[in-house]
Amino acid sequence: MRVGTSGLSLNEKLIFEHSDPGRTGYSLPKLDVPAAKLQEDLVREEVKGFPELSEVDVVRHFTRLSTWNYGVDSGFYPLGSCTMKYNPKVNETVARLPGFAWAHPATPPHLAQGALALMFALQEALAEISGFDAVTLVPAAGAHGELAGMLMIRAWHEAQGRPRTKVLIPDTAHGTNPATAALCGYDVVPVSSDGILTAETVRAAMDEDVAALMITNPNTLGLFESEIVEICEAVHEKGGMVYCDGANLNALLGIARPGDMGIDVMHFNLHKTFSTPHGGGGPGAGPVGVVEKLVPFLPAPWVVREGESYRLDEERPQSIGRLRAFHGNFGILVRAWAYIRTLGAEGLRHATEMAVLNANYIRARLEGTYHLPHTRRSLHEVVFSDRDLEGDCHTLDLAKRLIDYGYHPPTIYFPLVVKGAIMIEPTETESMEVLDEFCDAMLAIAREAREEPHKVKEAPRLTRVSRLDETAAARKPRLRWEEG
Amino acid sequence: MRYIPHTEEDVRQMLETIGVGSVEELFETIPEKVRLGRSLEVPRPLSESELLLDFSRLAALNATPATYSSFLGGGAYNHFIPAVVDHLISRSEFYTAYTPYQPEISQGTLQAIFEYQTLICQLTGMDVANASMYDGASACAEGVLMAVRATRRRRILLSRALHPEYRGTVVSYCRYLNLDIVEVPVAADGRTDIEALGSLLDGESAALVVGYPNYFGIVEDLASLAQRVHGTGALLVAAVQEPVALGLLKSPGELGADIVVGEGQSFGIPPAFGGPYLGFFAARQKDVRSMPGRLVGETVDREGRRGFVLTLSTREQHIRREKATSNICSNEGLCALMATIFLSLLGKKGIRELAEQNFSKAAYARQKIGAVKGFSLPFGAPCFNEFVVESAEPVGEVLRRLENDGILGGIPLGKDYPEMGNRFLVCVTEQNARQEIDALAASLGEGGAM
Amino acid sequence: MEFPEELKYTEEHEWVLIEEEIVTIGITDYAQDSLGDIVFVELPEVGAILEAGKPFGVVESVKAVSDIYSPVSGEVVEINEELVGAPEVINTSPYEDGWMIKVKLSDTAQLDDLLDAEEYQEFIEEEV
Repeated sequence: MRVGTSGLSLNEKLIFEHSDPGRTGYSLPKLDVPAAKLQEDLVREEVKGFPELSEVDVVRHFTRLSTWNYGVDSGFYPLGSCTMKYNPKVNETVARLPGFAWAHPATPPHLAQGALALMFALQEALAEISGFDAVTLVPAAGAHGELAGMLMIRAWHEAQGRPRTKVLIPDTAHGTNPATAALCGYDVVPVSSDGILTAETVRAAMDEDVAALMITNPNTLGLFESEIVEICEAVHEKGGMVYCDGANLNALLGIARPGDMGIDVMHFNLHKTFSTPHGGGGPGAGPVGVVEKLVPFLPAPWVVREGESYRLDEERPQSIGRLRAFHGNFGILVRAWAYIRTLGAEGLRHATEMAVLNANYIRARLEGTYHLPHTRRSLHEVVFSDRDLEGDCHTLDLAKRLIDYGYHPPTIYFPLVVKGAIMIEPTETESMEVLDEFCDAMLAIAREAREEPHKVKEAPRLTRVSRLDETAAARKPRLRWEEG
Repeated sequence: MRYIPHTEEDVRQMLETIGVGSVEELFETIPEKVRLGRSLEVPRPLSESELLLDFSRLAALNATPATYSSFLGGGAYNHFIPAVVDHLISRSEFYTAYTPYQPEISQGTLQAIFEYQTLICQLTGMDVANASMYDGASACAEGVLMAVRATRRRRILLSRALHPEYRGTVVSYCRYLNLDIVEVPVAADGRTDIEALGSLLDGESAALVVGYPNYFGIVEDLASLAQRVHGTGALLVAAVQEPVALGLLKSPGELGADIVVGEGQSFGIPPAFGGPYLGFFAARQKDVRSMPGRLVGETVDREGRRGFVLTLSTREQHIRREKATSNICSNEGLCALMATIFLSLLGKKGIRELAEQNFSKAAYARQKIGAVKGFSLPFGAPCFNEFVVESAEPVGEVLRRLENDGILGGIPLGKDYPEMGNRFLVCVTEQNARQEIDALAASLGEGGAM
Repeated sequence: MEFPEELKYTEEHEWVLIEEEIVTIGITDYAQDSLGDIVFVELPEVGAILEAGKPFGVVESVKAVSDIYSPVSGEVVEINEELVGAPEVINTSPYEDGWMIKVKLSDTAQLDDLLDAEEYQEFIEEEV
């Protein structure tokens, strides 16, 4: 059975176009103190343009909008490097427990021991899973974790007396890596890898002005950097540090630990590896693991245990300081801890094994029809290219056609080292049946491209809107609704 | 494992298709010397019912407004959240989706963000708003970096009355960018000292950052500050830590702010021990290309139907790499949706009424506490729903005494302001009934009698 | 793809029209084609002093962004204001209506380093 089909889809205006003066969807208790008056010159007019709707209007509006989306709960979402695994429902339930959801961040620590105990336990578990000496839970997302990590590296070099000037970044890196290095005042030196980075390449690029190498392992081609130990040695020999982007940790749980490979700092994406939902773009959480010598530089605050109780430590003289208000994206930390507690050691390893099995299964089924530019053994994801797609169809066309078949497309045109890249990450929560249906769709589209390319080029045809004019959007940006 | 569907037979068939004998073989590219070779040492797995019990026990150890009367604010607020918000964001088409990179199947998220951007513009009085940042503090740091880009100047003035953790975040973000960060003192009335500002501003100053309301709950005189700052070609960045205030106060845009950042937690997002929250970020039309973060724009499809897409993405890290306007990638999308739903429910009248209730309750509490022997209100400038209280008795003892009466009375200021060791910050919202406020004043009074 | 004989070219894909001490600068047909639909151009102000080899502006399509490098040193005497509101002109007419800036040269010797049409064409064939 083909998953994609058309069905009744309801139109819906912008919330502002619904507005009818006099309606409201909110009720307050009657004011039980005397109404006070703020001095006139500080008071605004009404908020111009704000909508006025009843509760029913609002519920219908957002319910309709939701039906125009595709989520992991809708179907297969093989977005490479994003680890779109199933988001367990019980995690949502526990994050909403009033004792977690309604605890104020400024609650005195002795009245927040449950929250602090959870954070401490998660710090310890992530350190064990990754092989690092300590973990901070402060960063709000992966790129925020990168910033924390690179600031710590810089602070460490400064403490040695010389900040250094450059950061090496392989061509398979995430786009956030160079932006983060620049934010820490470093010049970016690209290193070309040809798919796998060699220690020889790194050694040739290393000198005593290089502060760090930023690496992703497994890399964005889904390949394990087999020379990782030698690469780290080459960086360390010249006094540099190794930063690892942990986006692809789902390939390693219980198998190997970045901390044991010689890596000095790594961020986790709890919204990838540890099953917390992506929320249509966030919120996530980006804890960071570090080796012993970077512990003094961890951002504030850090959860510590003293005897039987827990507290937030902010008085650490060498800390890189604050990166946000309060202590971290706690609601996300609760979900991640629920995931780890549900799986346990064996479950985590099993998740990785099945994620890698799934990626290799897709690879085996599509190889031969789709061009595979790098043929080493894949781990959790596999990257094809559009080279062999016929009928003048390209990666973008394939992606749009997959939508008609009922799938969220893979990541496309990334990594940049593969022309027309199609980056597929199935994760462990998909069954063989789902993978088979998806692979059948991929093969059918390759056939369509050869025999009826217009079907591919005109896709998607079953969605409520067809391909959108991004050029017009960028030339004359309309970024808000205007009255009239 | 209930999240993993593979049967033994599935695994066997899949291995056969791949052409390997075991799952173990799939990991052959990982050198033996970095293999873990043992089980991870994490706690034993729990069934769903055990998990619920375990987490409920932990959650019960934390104080909440249901177990204590709470007057805690300081950048995170106890506001009512209508049931509708959680029901709607629990539609999994919203919360299990990724960033809307494929617009044809993400119109729900995209239209909601477009609505969110509009609401933030209306509230702040600005032209353009982005799709969200991590929180108020990091949005504030990004505002500073944008001011540096826009003015090509290197000096940043931070009001000492700006949230201390926002100041700290700005300092960390700017640490290695060769910027000069200067603190502007607080005047006797609790506002940023405009006279002192005059002597600190110069032709090298990129921006002044002030809270609106500031950390002490006080309404800054933004118009006068804007005039001063613009006189030297610098920008005014207003950081709104309590956005409910914007239902009542003149908008920062109207008063001359160039960049408005803030914390959206008050709009339907629970305090959750510090996150996830919602950083909002708004600016003037002319500066749109130097804004950080994602933007959603309106366009049409091939048939001319209205639709929405991520746009102006050449500013972002995945395209401009080290020259990007920020390194932010994941943002706080679902929290932005919560704020959008919350504000849609409130509407024009609701936001004003909510703001007025907060203001009136705080005014009542000020009057009650000001009349208690041994306590005074050191700052004279108008405030919104928070205010500073000075105590003759040591603050630690006062707050402990209140705690014994079931009250979380406020945040001691001594940690962040050593010169204010005898002061604490009290926040009153629409959630605090008059009896709670009276009980707070009564409990404070008991100490004075001792 | 066209490469008019009367123009000079750079390896960064700019073209230069030399008229005594004033030169006109734009991007080549090849450059506009590789970028795709152009949505935004950032140009310097009149009076700005340019240095050969340094970027003077930015050109953006939906998914790509590129610095524009000045092939010469000198002072900007005129900019093509029309491009700000209608950047698509660079796609439709890269060598005429899509010109970007006019510069008063400070060093005419720099012109000797530029490529002629044939050399530029060879260069891009190699690059592909």
